[in-house]
Amino acid sequence: MGLKTFIEGWPVYRQLTGTDPLGRGAAAQSARSAALTARTETADCMARSVCPYCAVGCGQRVFVKDGRVTQIEGDPDSPISRGRLCPKGSASKNLVTSPLRQTTVRYRRPYATEWEDLDLDTALDMIADRVLAARDATWEDTDEDGRPLNRTLGIASLGGATLDNEENYIIKKLFTALGALQIENQARI
Amino acid sequence: MIEANSLYGPLDPAPDAGWVEAPARMGFFTDTSVCIGCKACEVACKEWNGVPDSGFDLLGMSYDNTGALTANSWRHVAFIEQPRPAGHRTPPFAGDPTGAAASPGSAAAAAGTAADTGTNPGLPPGRPEAAARMAAGPDFLGMPGSQPPGRATGPESRTDFRWLMMSDVCKHCTHAACLDVCPTGSLFRTEFGTVVVQEDICNGCGYCIAACPYGVIDQRKGDGRAWKCTLCYDRLGAGMTPACAQACPTESIQFGPLDELRERAAQRVAALHDRGVPEARLYGHDPTDGVGGDGAFFLLLDEPEVYGLPPDPVVTTRDLPKMWKRAGVAALAMAAAAVAAFVGGSS
Amino acid sequence: MAEAHPVGFQWVMEAKLRGAKVFHVDPRFTRTSALADTYLPIRAGTDIALLGGIVRYILDNELDFREYVLAYTNAATIVSEEFADTEDLDGLFSGYDPKTNTYGTRSWQYAGHEQNAGTRNAHKERETAAGLRHESHGMPVGGRVQRDETLQHPRCVYQILKRHFARYTPEMVERTCGIPQEKFLELARAWTENSGRERTGVLIYSVGWTQHSVGVQYIRTGAIIQLLLGNMGRPGGGVLALRGHASIQGSTDIPTLFNLLPGYLPMPHHTDHVTFTDWVDSIRHPGQKGFWDDARAFGASLLKAYWGDAATPENDFCYGYLPRMTGDHGTYQTVLNMIDGKVKGYFLLGQNPAVGSAHGKAQRLGMANLDWLVVRDLFMIESATFWKNSPEVETGEIVPEECRTEVFFLPAASHVEKEGTFTQTQRLLQWREKALDPPADARSELWFFFHLGRVIREKLAGSDRPRDRAVRDLTWDYPTHGDLAEPSAEAVLKEINGYEVATGRPLSSFTEAKDDGSTAVGCWIYTGVYADGVNQAARRKSRHDQDWVAAEWGWAWPANRRILYNRASAAPDGRPWSERKKYVWWDADKGEWTGYDVPDFEKKKPPTYRPPEGTTGVAGLAGDDAFIMQGDGKGWLYVPTGLQDGPMPTHYEPAESPVRNPLYGQQANPTRKVYDNPVNSVNPSPPQEHTDVFPYVFTVSRLTEHHTAGGMSRMVPRLAELQPAMFVEVSPELAGELGLAHLGWAHLISGRAAIEAQVLVTDRLTPLRLDGRVIHQVWLPYHFGREGIVTGDSVNDLFGITLDPNVLIQESKVGTCDIRPGRRPTGAALLELVDDYRRRAGLTGGRPPIVTTDASEREVG
Repeated sequence: MGLKTFIEGWPVYRQLTGTDPLGRGAAAQSARSAALTARTETADCMARSVCPYCAVGCGQRVFVKDGRVTQIEGDPDSPISRGRLCPKGSASKNLVTSPLRQTTVRYRRPYATEWEDLDLDTALDMIADRVLAARDATWEDTDEDGRPLNRTLGIASLGGATLDNEENYIIKKLFTALGALQIENQARI
Repeated sequence: MIEANSLYGPLDPAPDAGWVEAPARMGFFTDTSVCIGCKACEVACKEWNGVPDSGFDLLGMSYDNTGALTANSWRHVAFIEQPRPAGHRTPPFAGDPTGAAASPGSAAAAAGTAADTGTNPGLPPGRPEAAARMAAGPDFLGMPGSQPPGRATGPESRTDFRWLMMSDVCKHCTHAACLDVCPTGSLFRTEFGTVVVQEDICNGCGYCIAACPYGVIDQRKGDGRAWKCTLCYDRLGAGMTPACAQACPTESIQFGPLDELRERAAQRVAALHDRGVPEARLYGHDPTDGVGGDGAFFLLLDEPEVYGLPPDPVVTTRDLPKMWKRAGVAALAMAAAAVAAFVGGSS
Repeated sequence: MAEAHPVGFQWVMEAKLRGAKVFHVDPRFTRTSALADTYLPIRAGTDIALLGGIVRYILDNELDFREYVLAYTNAATIVSEEFADTEDLDGLFSGYDPKTNTYGTRSWQYAGHEQNAGTRNAHKERETAAGLRHESHGMPVGGRVQRDETLQHPRCVYQILKRHFARYTPEMVERTCGIPQEKFLELARAWTENSGRERTGVLIYSVGWTQHSVGVQYIRTGAIIQLLLGNMGRPGGGVLALRGHASIQGSTDIPTLFNLLPGYLPMPHHTDHVTFTDWVDSIRHPGQKGFWDDARAFGASLLKAYWGDAATPENDFCYGYLPRMTGDHGTYQTVLNMIDGKVKGYFLLGQNPAVGSAHGKAQRLGMANLDWLVVRDLFMIESATFWKNSPEVETGEIVPEECRTEVFFLPAASHVEKEGTFTQTQRLLQWREKALDPPADARSELWFFFHLGRVIREKLAGSDRPRDRAVRDLTWDYPTHGDLAEPSAEAVLKEINGYEVATGRPLSSFTEAKDDGSTAVGCWIYTGVYADGVNQAARRKSRHDQDWVAAEWGWAWPANRRILYNRASAAPDGRPWSERKKYVWWDADKGEWTGYDVPDFEKKKPPTYRPPEGTTGVAGLAGDDAFIMQGDGKGWLYVPTGLQDGPMPTHYEPAESPVRNPLYGQQANPTRKVYDNPVNSVNPSPPQEHTDVFPYVFTVSRLTEHHTAGGMSRMVPRLAELQPAMFVEVSPELAGELGLAHLGWAHLISGRAAIEAQVLVTDRLTPLRLDGRVIHQVWLPYHFGREGIVTGDSVNDLFGITLDPNVLIQESKVGTCDIRPGRRPTGAALLELVDDYRRRAGLTGGRPPIVTTDASEREVG
């Protein structure tokens, strides 16, 4: 920064020479203030999304910069919500970036008093083994009259109302093929 | 140049503060008659501006657990439960076996508690008797005393009831005492006519805190600097709506050129009067009031004191403003005092 | 609505600005009440009495929209002469069997259709929540019915309805609901005055209505009113359910529910659906009219989507692979089975039953008795930590060192970290774009279940066991992308939409589905969402660039139709009822239906069309049969078949009530589902003894600032600070009676648990007067638990398990309790407190009396 620029940037200089003799406005504007822009303007990308809370289905715009969500706000184009969000929808960035969010697998052994870490692939493999073992231990081929049952009542699942249709579709498809019937979600509750 | 009305009376503040070809003065019109108390404004503000939490305390002030505008809450939704008519066709509890109203007693009990908002002066305990008066409304005849709620003195039964909600915010005064007393030039008038604390300049001297006639300005502990609503200065620069107004589900918070908002507000008051809501009135809209009118003004359904707002905001003394910080704390009429002493400070 | 769906409430405010009157009925004065024109406090669990009062008001004063009612409802239809009403049987309908507590429905049928009920087994249908499959269509009835267009026949539906509701007088509403007569009449007048040709009225409920032992009949009563007033299928009308989860509608359409397959096809029952033909015929009902005639194509196409090349016409499309129901496999039965050690493993997918389901203790004890539990969530919720941080750990009922359940916590991807569709409450699918990858180990459910299926299939690759064929033959070849090998959600959506097997061409309409194996359709009601190979759910044409119906924003099932049964928005002759309420109408010049929305009618079928005698299927629908998914084409004021608890709604008290039913000897729903399990109990209600032990009514719901069981709000600082503590709202009158102080503590005790909360004494709660007796109600939020930034006791712990018989949803909006000042005891003393109450209330096990009138003996004997 050259001396002239430095001096011209000095509030008192601007106050004395400019249009703001009381030094309360233009002359008082700091360099940071002068350079301020809305971070939505400088985001790397914006995804058009939908609020994850209730079933009104408000439109959201999700702004991302440097691999982080920097803002989530209402989508003014939405005929449902017209850009508005309730406190929960407005807290969506805080939801997805919450300091309490768990991002690694946790495992509790039988009779343990604490969690331990576990590798994701290992967890997936262990769960697959347990599903198959539970299924075999509780499999029912037919009822007492020989009619087909093709099922296990040893495996249950609860959840789906906050998930995507595509997710629910393959959850139901896989469980049905495995013969697991006790597949339920909040719609029953 | 310095003209007489730079310090009082009607004024377009941005050109007065040296902005050449300033855009129209922008502001908020908060219509409390359509507020649903959802607090989206509080959250949207904090999300956009990165404002810290203001404590996790149950305050018992109806559904208000924020308590006041502080350095850590730049929008604050006040909730006032009142045994007063609300324009309902039939009073909500007509025909029900009710006794005396508890709301004054509950408000009094809540006012006596304090909470740490992580700011200074933050949220000091309020005055129970003032809070009780606020909750009861101007017609209230007596203090509920020390008996448990439900055995309070007062009317024999409660049939009328209303629940007032109001999203409060920095008023962005035409004549902003905070700005006038700021010795560092941190507080400044933007080209939109709004009043903004510049975080890179503020040195935490705290003069502005005492100067604010509304008790809005507050310091963040640890940081020491003053923080308040900027009317989303960064968003305005990008032609966007401030975060609170964008989120507001019912358009209780409206953003726009102040002239347009004033027109719209006048129409709304007239419409409410036509619909049998004579108590609707504007607050902070008048350019001839003690602060030259507010950049953020309100449609209220009761006296300003009921919402924790000063009835005649002119004064800036060191102690009075913070008494307003707590809804209902300062329901007693306060006399105006001189502002001049502070105005000299910055010029 | 302002409380739980604030952004939806903007449209109520818009309506208000245009002069609409808003009435709000709620046990407590909420943020919605604050903005309503009139607020009516009501005793929790008495909505049918209130709405029944409105029905009576309409019928007694002949305020129904007669032209609409005659043309579009079954008001004129004659009912069997075998039918006997609750008027005759003290609160029971004809056909009640006290041994099974179910109804035989032969006598409920339309005259001449008595044999229609012949094969039904009410007990079996209750166990399998069979009513739920009618979310998209009515139960089958024969299309030809006897009618009396004058509505004078004593057995026509109109007259039966009138007699049934005759005792729901304003006085009775007051005695039952605690709503003063003047207020009731204000509501009745406003509702009827604002309905008709020129005006419509809308009924909005939040799904707390479903959480009652008579939940389905609540909604039925609303539907009756809206049909009588001509408010169905018309703009500004309807019965709007405000559902509470982002895709809870989607998870019903594409069900993760035990008794359904996608598109409301029933999960097969072992005795009723042995063969493919049994199954599809039970859906399509050969010989009836309407769109369900194509059920064979929907069923075959679903199986084709599941099992691909293996599914052929010769092997009934692998129908034999489907598991079979034998009874109730719902979540509450399953939890009781967990306690009994019958369940090995449990997946929790973004759901927190330790807080969110009724009877929290049963939930946690069940989880503590599994072999393994998989919890997939964003946060460490109570259902993942029950073994170390729960009320039962505190009381010693769960000892970590003795609890064998192996727990896997797998972090989930958030809504911005994956793409896919939510179906919101208006049946609108909206596609979400992915903003970024999930962090660390977090993955979508799509990833988890796709790869779980992949690993399982690898493990079974060498198996020749018959049971494994369904897994090995499964089409499971979704393309994946990216470093995480994320499956393509769009490929799944395309399968849901359906496609032509030979070419892969996406289908445009479910009418293209075939029963010969040439089409595969994952969920037939969603066909069209991927029409022309375009993701229609991703459409985001700005509201500024289209009309108010906004048909190019997202995609609504079925067929992008925004208002169902919108043929009823036009008069029988096809012209709009009025200019200001026009929506869909017959364009005589073009010879087709047109309007603002996609007409819910065959496009070219004129209003004057009358089917030739004996015509079935779609061709059997007349030009004025507006309710095209009903077997008779009519909106049902009276439900001859398909409901467990009666053809017309009847006020029954909640399973737990301090009040004797003022209307009938029958106290509570005589068909409600009750579980005999030692962990479950029901607090006594009249005419039982000891009802004074639990004298207060409590009800629960949401706060704006929180979300359901708190897993997405107590963990979020911005929300946690806004409502930071568990509290109970009490009226000043009750506070005075009990000595409760504002911001002090109270504890509430039921036969299941005792919980504590801080007290808010508020004028928003009021006592109610019923028959000179004062009833106190309290309200609590159900968001709190022991994990997160803000914590508190869970109110759902207070509830027992009693279910609606039609859909097996629990009664968790009303119960009875005692309330004491101060904090609850802890440890063993807490158990002693609850045990003491149980002793005093006589809760020694065994079910409560279900039938409380001797009328059934008269009938059955």
